[in-house]
Amino acid sequence: MKAACWMGKKHMEVQRVPDPRILNPRDCIVRVTATAICGSDLHLYDGYIPTMEKGDILGHEFMGEVVEVGSEVKKRKVGDRVVVPFTISCGSCWHCARQQWSCCDNTNPNAGLLEALNGYSGAALYGYSHLYGGYAGGQAQYVRVPFADIGPIKIESDLPDEKVLFLSDIFPTGYMAAENCDIEPGRSVVAVWGCGPVGQFAIRSALLLGASKVIAIDNVPERLRMAEAGGAVTINHDEVDDVLERLKALTGGRGPDAAIDAVGMEAHGSAYDQVKQTLRLENDRPYALRQAMRAVRKGGVLSVPGVYSGFIDKVPFGAVFGKGVTIKQGQTHMHRYLRPLLELVEDGKIDPSFVITHRVPLSHAPQAYAMFAEKRDGCIKVVLDPSV
Amino acid sequence: MPTTPASRRSSRRPSPEVEDAPTKVSARKHVSPSRIVVKGDRGVKITRAVTIRRPAEALYAFWRDLPNLAQIVKHPVEITRVSELASHWAVSAPGDRRVEWDAVVINDEPGRLLAWRSREDAEVPNAGTVRFSAAPGDEGTEVVVTLEYNPPAGKLGAWFAKLSGEEPGQQVGDALRRFKALMETGEIPTTEGQPAGAKRKST
Repeated sequence: MKAACWMGKKHMEVQRVPDPRILNPRDCIVRVTATAICGSDLHLYDGYIPTMEKGDILGHEFMGEVVEVGSEVKKRKVGDRVVVPFTISCGSCWHCARQQWSCCDNTNPNAGLLEALNGYSGAALYGYSHLYGGYAGGQAQYVRVPFADIGPIKIESDLPDEKVLFLSDIFPTGYMAAENCDIEPGRSVVAVWGCGPVGQFAIRSALLLGASKVIAIDNVPERLRMAEAGGAVTINHDEVDDVLERLKALTGGRGPDAAIDAVGMEAHGSAYDQVKQTLRLENDRPYALRQAMRAVRKGGVLSVPGVYSGFIDKVPFGAVFGKGVTIKQGQTHMHRYLRPLLELVEDGKIDPSFVITHRVPLSHAPQAYAMFAEKRDGCIKVVLDPSV
Repeated sequence: MPTTPASRRSSRRPSPEVEDAPTKVSARKHVSPSRIVVKGDRGVKITRAVTIRRPAEALYAFWRDLPNLAQIVKHPVEITRVSELASHWAVSAPGDRRVEWDAVVINDEPGRLLAWRSREDAEVPNAGTVRFSAAPGDEGTEVVVTLEYNPPAGKLGAWFAKLSGEEPGQQVGDALRRFKALMETGEIPTTEGQPAGAKRKST
């Protein structure tokens, strides 16, 4: 089969590799019909996530048709059309039992590595470094899916792939980020840093949850336009002197009730962090996070769907302490959201395909990564067609 | 005699596995188990714990059949049952070497505790205990494993250190994680045998 392989920093290659096979009795094999490049794939592409190996198959946003099931698979059948959540969860452990799916105890074969770094390991992820399990990803024609009865959600309706594909990550991730904001319908104001795909879904989810106003902050014109189309008031941080003052002006001086950092570890705006990250003195560039910490109102919520991998510095922890801010974050507890968000799509409350700007063959994945990373040609979201 | 708190405690109150053990070892009262197997101050003692959402009886049953441990230990190990209490262990070493020893169960409290130790002529003297107790809130079973071994000197010692990983507890921690996954989900997570691209740039 064809697969998009990571070959080093800013170096992707589509290679012919062996087809995946069932390795454990609860696995299934999915023939991929649509897959996408995630903003978090760019952290791998840019070389900021450790424990990548040349030849690793990327991709954690994918869907397709079940073509083979393991001996212990009970629910999923050959022929089922499924969307696969990006976190691999067992459904049996203490955390899965509490709906903390991304904290699953039992799916990361390299849990010892992550445990050494973080104290404990969470769920494995598809195509997201060996620290997170080293599972081959779905930017390929076929993919092995462990715990076939637990993760994949069957699509019974005839909705096209493009409307359901993003249940695999960015829609639930944006939705959980908004849910974490404890929105009071008709009252809450939510500010969203970063208008990439997760930010776009966070904006629309916050409005679906009843936010009275959503303020989106970015400097890429087409992303700000998409945010406006989704109902947000926008701030181009290149065009205002002081983002905090602008936010205060838009919130009657109180500040936003909740702040969402949908940027993560590669924020732009701070030469200090750029230099430190390049020299590997700091894993992440937390510029957006720092601003969000200072901007959120007293007693408010800071919600972080943006990915951070390690150590950050010059964090104004005094600001979040001094204001009694609640911080909520983490990888998305995907399995919680699949069913309710599929219903929102089926009911026509949201059409997630709004975010797609580019559709390209899988064989053009290397060029698509470069275009997305450099935000060329108005690129916001790339969907790859594995059949070509 | 070292005066660590642990050894003082076990000197005053011999642990049950010594008291209840078969006659071969039970005579050594007032000596901690680590003193029996691992002489001097060179012994390595590793304790690791995990909570598993299964009843203690099911978990104990897996350990009581010691050859089962080969499923959860990452390094290839052959464990053969010799009798109700005895087993034979063999691990491969570099240069076609094998390290083998006989182990004997020295304490067995069904559903609660199992303890074993190598026989006295073992090249790498070692001993182990696994204890099972109810986790708070009816949430399964806490499993605590303690392993002790006396790493040999020389090349074999270096190999044994390598086998144990850079951090000595890693092997035991990995084995317990795999045990938990097997008991909770029926399988051990793996990616061995999955596809990957060639590491060299293709033409």
